[in-house]
Amino acid sequence: MTTREENARHRGDRAAERSETTSTDLQDERLRSRDGVRGVVTDIVERARGGDLGVIPVVVGLVVIWTVLQILNPIFLSSANLVNLTLESAAVGVIALGIVCVLLVGQIDLSVGSVSGLAGAVLAVLFVSEGLPVWLAIAAAVVMGAVIGWVYGQLFNRFGVPSFVITLAGLLAFLGLQLYVLGTKGSINLPFDSGLVNFAQLAFVPAWLSYTLAVVAAVWLFVSGHLHARERRRAGLSARGTSVLAARSVALLVVLAFVVWYLGQTRGVGWMFVFFVALVLIMHYLLSRTKWGRAVYAVGGNVEAARRAGINVKAIYTSVFVLCSTFAAVGGILAAARLAAANQSSGGGDVNLNAIAAAVIGGTSLFGGRGTAFGALLGIIVIQSISSGLTLLNLDSSIRFVVTGVVLLLAVVVDSVSRRSRTSHGRA
Amino acid sequence: MTVLSLRGISKTFGAVAALTDIELDVDAGEVVAVVGDNGAGKSTLVKILSGVHPPDSGTITFEGREVAITNPSAAQKLGIATVYQDLALCENLNVIQNLFLGHEVRPLRLNEVAMETRSWELLRQLSAKIPSVRVPVAALSGGQRQTVAIARSLLGDPKIIILDEPTAALGVAQTAEVLNLVERLRENGLGVIMISHNMADVKAVADTVAVLRLGRNNGVFKVNDVSTEDIIAAITGATDNVVSRRAAAREGAAAHTPQEGRPS
Repeated sequence: MTTREENARHRGDRAAERSETTSTDLQDERLRSRDGVRGVVTDIVERARGGDLGVIPVVVGLVVIWTVLQILNPIFLSSANLVNLTLESAAVGVIALGIVCVLLVGQIDLSVGSVSGLAGAVLAVLFVSEGLPVWLAIAAAVVMGAVIGWVYGQLFNRFGVPSFVITLAGLLAFLGLQLYVLGTKGSINLPFDSGLVNFAQLAFVPAWLSYTLAVVAAVWLFVSGHLHARERRRAGLSARGTSVLAARSVALLVVLAFVVWYLGQTRGVGWMFVFFVALVLIMHYLLSRTKWGRAVYAVGGNVEAARRAGINVKAIYTSVFVLCSTFAAVGGILAAARLAAANQSSGGGDVNLNAIAAAVIGGTSLFGGRGTAFGALLGIIVIQSISSGLTLLNLDSSIRFVVTGVVLLLAVVVDSVSRRSRTSHGRA
Repeated sequence: MTVLSLRGISKTFGAVAALTDIELDVDAGEVVAVVGDNGAGKSTLVKILSGVHPPDSGTITFEGREVAITNPSAAQKLGIATVYQDLALCENLNVIQNLFLGHEVRPLRLNEVAMETRSWELLRQLSAKIPSVRVPVAALSGGQRQTVAIARSLLGDPKIIILDEPTAALGVAQTAEVLNLVERLRENGLGVIMISHNMADVKAVADTVAVLRLGRNNGVFKVNDVSTEDIIAAITGATDNVVSRRAAAREGAAAHTPQEGRPS
């Protein structure tokens, strides 16, 4: 054993004698102790004051929007409308998930709408016009999305062109390609009896399975939290108490069970929405629990630091662009399946901005390095609520665009203001 | 025991001789301050040692073996860690995430517990005053950030640590904190090369001062035997400095001195 290690060990022993009961990470006298459920709440309040708002703005926004729309039109919060809302949000939500990834590294992809439209067109042409099996058509559309993202990555890494410009060019080019692929007809209908359309329009999770999934999620949250806490205690670190973990799981169970019950009043939970949530969970895991995810946040926070830490920055950029375009293609396929058609306006109009708005509203910073996969889920529900509420009010799409634009602007302002507040509170 | 020694290191960039015939010795448990004016070649020396630029000529001996440091990872593998002036920390990540950035434990299912335990070990080793390792680095003071950067360089179990202007942007208390840290590194048996402009810091913490002037050695002094004025004279190249005086004395006495600048 070297002297250094011995020294360290002696110091460690002394530290242990000094504070036998305190966990390794709580020995600093400046730390205020935060125990139990109350501690968790205080923590959240303090963070919000410091500008670390997390999901608070989006939850508040959702409550406000739902209240207003419900007052304007009592059908809005009906089970039937909410079922529709979940189904409508899946396609753009998946696209928003990709946008979250590019925003995390501090870049942007403006072409997701066009890529999704192109993917829908490719799917329709291969599946309907060429008569290929549906899985092959889906695979081709997804691979095309990945290739587009790879090309973006190469252009970005090799020539250093800002992603804003590359993807703006992509927006136009792929819109043109979409029109070309669709040909003179301009619209291709997908057969209603195909599995794909069935999946997007008619497939709902049976009630018993929905409740089972809700219970599984709650139990899994508790068990994983408990195992993690046990591991931490064994290592001499502080850990969440069982009561907090239990409260968290019960809360999740109550919320999920209520959602399942309420949606179950009419058609229930659509498989397409479950698919979207599953993608969100997978992305959440990748971003928060893998080396790749760490690298994504690091590149978004400080590229130079990431490079010096030995991270292959170019590979991270490429992977993120590929992921974003792939998600855009998947979203385009879902949208085509939901509509049972691919046409010239697929992926056009507000798809692009809705996806970006959803990511930003969900708390993903435009400045890079901040945001979560769950942000895409929450954000798209806000966006879709506005869209659905205004449609119910029989308002023109002109007003819908204006309202969505204002909400996006609000979200960006909240992002910028909270960023300033974070800087002054030292939480950047 | 001499861990690192440079002999006859030269480096030119085009027509500019950035370093000429540099010699430097660093022992285990010794703090060597490298001082010099702007353009004296301090940064070039750091870059050669950290593998950013290979030297044009000269030899680098590390732990008794002659080595070639061709790239940054070679330097790290040898056991030469560099903490750059800008620290290169990600402000949006917390202390643990920064310490292990690029070297995470268990890449596909990060082992947060192991990383946190090791983080505390490292910080204890430096007697560091960081209240929590789960706060973003943005929430830390300048001195604490320096601590995190130094702790990160310790992860690879280095023998030599190069600190580039560690106190440049710090206040009084934070500077003291970092100087404590440097002493802790020395106690732990590491060789420390500290680049600095601040004579007070150099006098406070260094054992040996190596002065560079216009890319050449301009004296190596034991800190206790030399005054601040003498160091500054060597840095600025004032004609009547300790080096010239000693040289004159030596010529006069024709006596054998082991090393220039050191009293016999």
